[in-house]
Amino acid sequence: MKSSLFKQGVAAIVGIAFALGAVTVSVAAPKKGGILNFVVGSKIPSYDGHIESTFGMIHPIRPFYSLLFRVNPDNPGDPTDFQCDVCEGNIPSGAKGGTEYTFKIRKGLQFHDGTPLNAHDVKATFDKIVFPPKGVASNRKAMFKMVKSIEVPDDHTIVFTLHFPSGAFIPSTGMPFNFIYSKKDLDAHGYEWHKKNVNGSGAFIFVEHVAGSHVAGKRNPNYHHAGKPYLDGFRAISAPKMSVRLQAIRGDRAAIEFRGFPPKARDDLVKALGDKITVQESDWNCALMFTVNVNHKPFDDKRVRHALTLAVDRYEASKYLANIAIVKTVGGIVFPSHPLAATAAELEGMIGFSRDIKASRAKARALLKEAGAEGIEFDFNNRGVDQPYKVVGTWLVDQWRQVGLKPIQRVQPSPQFYATLRKKKDFDVTVDFNCQSVVNPIADVSKFLCSAGNHYSGCENAKLDAIYDRLLKAETPAQQRSIMREFETEVFDTAGTALTLWWYKINPHRSYVKGWKIAPSHYLNQSLDQIWLDK
Amino acid sequence: MHKYIAKRLLLILPTLLGAAVLVFFLLRAIPGDVCEVRLAGSGLYVDEAEIELCREKLGLAKPLIVQFWDFITGYVVWDLGDSMWTGKPVTEEIGLRFKLSLQVAIMATLVAVVIAIPLGAISAIKQDTWIDYVVRSFSIAGIAMPSFWLGILIILGLLIGTQHFLGTPWMPPIEYVSPFKDLASNMAQLIWPAVATGYRYSAVATRMTRSALLEVLREDYIRTARAKGMTEKIVINRHALKNAMLPVFTIIGIEFAFLMGGLVVTEQVFNLNGIGKLFVESVQAQDFAMTQQLVMLVVVIAVVTNFVVDLVYAWLDPRIRYA
Repeated sequence: MKSSLFKQGVAAIVGIAFALGAVTVSVAAPKKGGILNFVVGSKIPSYDGHIESTFGMIHPIRPFYSLLFRVNPDNPGDPTDFQCDVCEGNIPSGAKGGTEYTFKIRKGLQFHDGTPLNAHDVKATFDKIVFPPKGVASNRKAMFKMVKSIEVPDDHTIVFTLHFPSGAFIPSTGMPFNFIYSKKDLDAHGYEWHKKNVNGSGAFIFVEHVAGSHVAGKRNPNYHHAGKPYLDGFRAISAPKMSVRLQAIRGDRAAIEFRGFPPKARDDLVKALGDKITVQESDWNCALMFTVNVNHKPFDDKRVRHALTLAVDRYEASKYLANIAIVKTVGGIVFPSHPLAATAAELEGMIGFSRDIKASRAKARALLKEAGAEGIEFDFNNRGVDQPYKVVGTWLVDQWRQVGLKPIQRVQPSPQFYATLRKKKDFDVTVDFNCQSVVNPIADVSKFLCSAGNHYSGCENAKLDAIYDRLLKAETPAQQRSIMREFETEVFDTAGTALTLWWYKINPHRSYVKGWKIAPSHYLNQSLDQIWLDK
Repeated sequence: MHKYIAKRLLLILPTLLGAAVLVFFLLRAIPGDVCEVRLAGSGLYVDEAEIELCREKLGLAKPLIVQFWDFITGYVVWDLGDSMWTGKPVTEEIGLRFKLSLQVAIMATLVAVVIAIPLGAISAIKQDTWIDYVVRSFSIAGIAMPSFWLGILIILGLLIGTQHFLGTPWMPPIEYVSPFKDLASNMAQLIWPAVATGYRYSAVATRMTRSALLEVLREDYIRTARAKGMTEKIVINRHALKNAMLPVFTIIGIEFAFLMGGLVVTEQVFNLNGIGKLFVESVQAQDFAMTQQLVMLVVVIAVVTNFVVDLVYAWLDPRIRYA
C-alpha cells in the first residue's frame, strides 16, 4: 500500500513536471534568426497566385506576399477564424443586410520595392481577380460572382458591395491565392508581369529562383506584423520524389514539408529520430469521391448508383485505411469540423452512411437485382498517384466485389486521367476529388451540382441548382445549415458522385521548427512569418 | 575519308527530321494537355473558359499542322519556344540543367572507364581462373542491378550508417552547387550518383573489354608478337588492348549519350536538377514544348555521338573508311 502510494506520488510529480515542461515549451519566446529549409513536391508554373492553383507555387511564393486577411496563423484549424493581414481590426460581418463589407487598410505599409501600399492597391488586386479584362486569366473569378463593385472612398478604406448576401464571400476573399499586387506594377507592366516577377509586401523578400532547384527569400525588415518574421530567410527546395523529401528531413537537409506524408512515412521518421521529430495532424479539406457516369448503362439507373454507394463500408475503412493512406474521416459533402457539416447522427441517416453495413449491402444486392445489373463488369478509372488514389481505389474495388460487382480498375497518369474526366468521358465509374484551400463550404459544394463545370457524372438535376441558389443567398448560419442538409440529401439521392473518406494531413517535421500550426489545407498558413527555429 | 564523313553527315538530317515528326505527333496523340494539368490538376475549381484561354495563349488551339510548322521553323531562327509550364525559354531551362547532367555523365564515364578497362583486361588475361569468375560476377551484378536501386541503397546506407556510427544521420546535399563555387559540396552531392550509374556502365564495358580482348588474343599477329619474343606486357598493352578497344569505345559512346538524357530515375532518387528530372516533369505536365525539345536534344546527342564514334572507328580501322 505504502509502495503504491509512493508510485502514485512519483507519477503525479513526473506528470506535473511534464505538464510544466510542455507549458514552458509552448510559451517559450521565439528566437530570431536562421534559415528555414523546406522541401516542395511540386514545381512552380508561374509566380502569379491569381492564375495558379498548385501548392508548388503557394509554398515558395506565398511568403513574399500579403493578403487582405488570412486564416488565423495561431488557430488555423478553425475554418471560420480569419485575421486581418493588410487590413486592420476585426473581419467585418457585413452591413446593409450582409451586402456591404468595409475594410480599413493599415497605414504605413509598403511593397518590397518601397512603393506605399494602400487601398488602391487592394482594389487593383481584386479588380484583377474579380473583374479581369477580356483575355486576362483569373482562375477564381467564379468564386466572386456575388461581388457587384469594389470602391475606395479614401486611401485606407475599401468597400466591397455584393449583389446578394453570401456566406461564401469572406472565405473566398481570404483565399491564399489572392496576393496583393501593387497598382503601380499592374499599371506600368500589365497583368502578365507577376507571372515572372515578384514584388510583394509579405514577410520575406524574393532573393532568387533557380528553376527546378530552389526559391530563396530573406527577411523583410519593414514587415507590417510587429516583430515578425523571426527567420532570417527561407529556402524552398524542389524535391518531386516523396522518398527524397522524407530522407531530406531525416538527414536534416530540410526541416519540414508542408503538404503532408502518409502514415508509414511518419512512423519511419519518428522511429528513426524520436523526439527530434514533431508530428502535427489534421483533417484535410480534400474529399475523395467516386463519380458514376449516368450516360453509360446501367448507371443511368439510380438504383445501380445507389447500390455502388451502399456497398462501401466507410466506417471500417476509416479504421484501417488510415494506417496506410492519407484518408481518415467519414464525412458528408462539407468539411467535417465546419459548423455547416452534417453531424454523425445526421450522416448516418443518409444513403451509404448507415453503420449497419450488412443491411446496406443486402439492400445493394436487391437494388442491383431489381435493376438487372447483378454481377456486372464495369470500367473504373483511377489516377496513377499512390496517395491516396491507388490505395483507396483498390479498396473500392474490394468493396464493390462484396456485392458481386466486377470493377476493372484502369489507372492512368494525371493528364490522361483528366482527359478522361473532362473530355473523353469514357469511364463507367471514376475516382474523383474535391480539394480546396480555405474551408468555404458554400463554394466548395458547388462541385456536386450536376451543372458545375467540374462535375463529371453527366447528371441533370434542376432541383439541386434551385437549392444551391437558395444556399448561396442564405443570410444566417442557421438558414445555411438547414439548406445545406437539403442540398446534401439531394446530392446523395442523385448519386452522381459519392463520398469515400476525407483526406487526412500528416506533417512530421524537425522539432526545432516552432510556431507553425497545421491547417486543414496545404495551401493555408504559408506566410511563414510566425515560424522560428529553436536551435 | 572526306567522302565517308560527307555520307555520314547527310544521313543525320533525315534522322533528325524523322525524330521531329515522330515526337511532335506522338506527344499530341496522348490525351490531355498542360492547361488541364496546370489549372485543374489540384482539384480546385476552375472555369472551363480559363482552360480555353490558357490553350489559346500557349498556341494549343491552333491547327496541328500550324503548330508543327512553328516547331520546325523555330530551328531555322533558333527559337526553340517557351516552356508551356513556366513560360521561360526552353533553351534557358535546358541550359540550367545541362551542366549538371554533363558533369554526372563525365564522372560516371570516368568511374566506368577506371573500373572497366583494367578489370576487363585482367579477366581476359586470367580467363577461367578465380579472378575471372570474381570479375564476371561483379560485372553481371552491375548489369542486373538498376542504378536507381543502387542509388536508393546508397542513400539509405549513408543515413543508417552515419546515424549508427556518428549519432546523426547524414545524406548527400539535395541542391546543386557549381564545382567552381564549392567543390567539396559539389562532390558530396554528385559522387554518389556517379558511382551508382558508373557501376552499371562499367559492368557493360568490363564484359565488352573482356570478350574483345579474348578475341584479339587469339589473332595471328599476337602469336607472331609472342614468337618474336616480346614480353607479355608489351603484347597486351601495345598490340592486344589497343585493338580490343574498338568495340569498347562504341559502348562508352552509346552509354555516354544515354547518360545525358537517360538518368531519369537516378536523378529523381538523388534529387539532381538535371535533364532527366526535367524530362519526367515535362512529360508529367504535358509540357509539349519542353518535352519535344528534350527528345530532340537526346536525339542530337545520340546522333552526334554515333557520328564521332564512327569517325574514331574509321580512323582506327582503315578497312572501314575504305569500305
